[in-house]
Amino acid sequence: MLLAVIVRRAAMALITLAGVAVIVFVLLRVVPGDPVAMMIGPGATAADIAALKARYGFDAPILTQFWIWVHGILVGDFGSSITLHLPVTEILANRLPATLELAILALLIAVLLGGSVAIAGTLMRRTLGETIIDGLNSIMLAVPDFIWALALVLLFAVAFPVLPLTGRINPDLAEGFATKFYLTESVLTGRFAIARDILSHMIMPTLALALPLAAVIVRLLKQSLKEAMVQDYVLLARIKGFGELRLVLQEALRNAVGPTLALTGVQFTFLIGGTVIVERIFAYPGIGNLAIDAVINRDFPLIQGLVLLFGLIFILVNVAVDLGVAALNPRLRHA
Amino acid sequence: MLERGDVKHAAQLTSAPAAETEPRPLPAYLRLVRDPKVVCAGGFILFLVVLAIGAPLIAPQDPLAQNLLNATLPPVGFADAAPGFLLGTDGLGRDVLSRVIYGSRVSLTVAFVAAGLACLIGSLLGLMAGYLGAATDAMISRLVDVWMAFPPVLLSILLIAVIGTGLHSVIIAIVVIDWTRFCRVVRTETMNQAQMDYVVAARTIGFSRPATLFREILPNVVPVLIALLTLEMGIAVVVEAILSFVGLSVSSDTPTWGGMIAEGRQIVHEAWWVLAVPLAALFATVVAFNQLGDGLARSLDPVLRR
Repeated sequence: MLLAVIVRRAAMALITLAGVAVIVFVLLRVVPGDPVAMMIGPGATAADIAALKARYGFDAPILTQFWIWVHGILVGDFGSSITLHLPVTEILANRLPATLELAILALLIAVLLGGSVAIAGTLMRRTLGETIIDGLNSIMLAVPDFIWALALVLLFAVAFPVLPLTGRINPDLAEGFATKFYLTESVLTGRFAIARDILSHMIMPTLALALPLAAVIVRLLKQSLKEAMVQDYVLLARIKGFGELRLVLQEALRNAVGPTLALTGVQFTFLIGGTVIVERIFAYPGIGNLAIDAVINRDFPLIQGLVLLFGLIFILVNVAVDLGVAALNPRLRHA
Repeated sequence: MLERGDVKHAAQLTSAPAAETEPRPLPAYLRLVRDPKVVCAGGFILFLVVLAIGAPLIAPQDPLAQNLLNATLPPVGFADAAPGFLLGTDGLGRDVLSRVIYGSRVSLTVAFVAAGLACLIGSLLGLMAGYLGAATDAMISRLVDVWMAFPPVLLSILLIAVIGTGLHSVIIAIVVIDWTRFCRVVRTETMNQAQMDYVVAARTIGFSRPATLFREILPNVVPVLIALLTLEMGIAVVVEAILSFVGLSVSSDTPTWGGMIAEGRQIVHEAWWVLAVPLAALFATVVAFNQLGDGLARSLDPVLRR
């Protein structure tokens, strides 16, 4: 049964991705701005423009262009960037690790922070502590990553200038890496001084991405925990003499975590969308920052590749969440 | 002629006579003015609307007047501050307070127009999907799914790249992205309402399907819609700020909070207030819309109310 769920979800995902691809392709072809006009100097002749159009294939009929593009994707060729003069796949492969490290670190922080505040709030239920947590959290729920990022700039780059404001790594240290997963690689190879430099660059962007998600986790998990705490099995454990902390962690949490997990998955896709603006604010060299440049420069091949990549990441996250929820739900597991 | 909601009232009377023994709940507007959240947040939004409309009378300076001799003056109370510039000046010597006041015009226009249009389109499609069901529902729901597969920030930037920058583009982008939110909620709510006795009663006494949908179901979906609309206004304000920040909203000679934030971000080490003041305005506005939406949802939702 679980397999059937997987197959069904994967099929739906592929259809959605195909839809995204078609929409982006058509949308970009009806743009009034001509990409070739942006690439060429003011003194260019009509022949120069035609030659350039032919070189990038913009002179072919739209269906032919679409076919060339789809065929290219199927063999792993997304075309070349107009502004960066490099294959799109190469650019994306160079930039994606930075964003993945950022997003996953943010997810970890959000889960740890949100989870512990939710548990603390459950332990303090019906006290002043809970009221304070609820009040603060209801405001935190309204604040998006954009505002957090700039508030952190004011706090850690201006009021207490302890963190680097831009970039991913001190350029002097960015040598001798075998992969683009700088943080992962430097930790795995034991270069902790470099890891610390990378982390100091990542603290502000990850916090900006993590805090809105943490607020969502606090609200939902705390509510589920409170509901679980009045169930019979918790009462039984209480009669057995379990302490309050053990009741929450061992009894309530296991039964309350399901809905939060599902929502965290959905919210993680929002977090990935948020990397676009947060990377921009901190000049962090990931695919989000790249996306804004690509749009401003009307770099069609790059925009197409980026949108498909974002679409693919979203779909993979959604499928993974569905599988996780299905695997946790005994009724689905044994059906 | 039956007034809207009469059929529901009649159905309640006949199906639940015991309800009369319970104390009658307060009318909605009374519950609203008793909720401190709604009063504070609503008061702030009202204050903002007054500021936006009365900007030429209220702003102490011309928001566009440049004077490089007055550049990056700090807010009053800090060393070197000038008395005419309460919240300091930016890199071109323009008054930050006046620019924030004028900036509220763009933010509020986008909040009301974009969220309103998204609400209108999304609700219509949601009502149709929820009430007509079958093929209509399948088509609309699939469309919503494909739509939501796009990262919203990326979609908005992509759209602006296609239709060009400007206030109308920002509004279109927000409507195009966020109608799905209304569509989903209204569809679910309509489906729930369509199951109720009063809808069956309306059909039985000869209401046509459109009449049932708009005169009986719609008024009962409205409370949920108002709360969602308020939340959506907060989102629209942020999206506009983000697009202004990236330089894709209105032209740079119109003061916007996002544009001010972008300028402030560039000179944050020399003049933190150029970033801090519009950021605080944005923060307060977003929180106010959110708290108002929360409060409205609680006061208007018949289930949460109990």
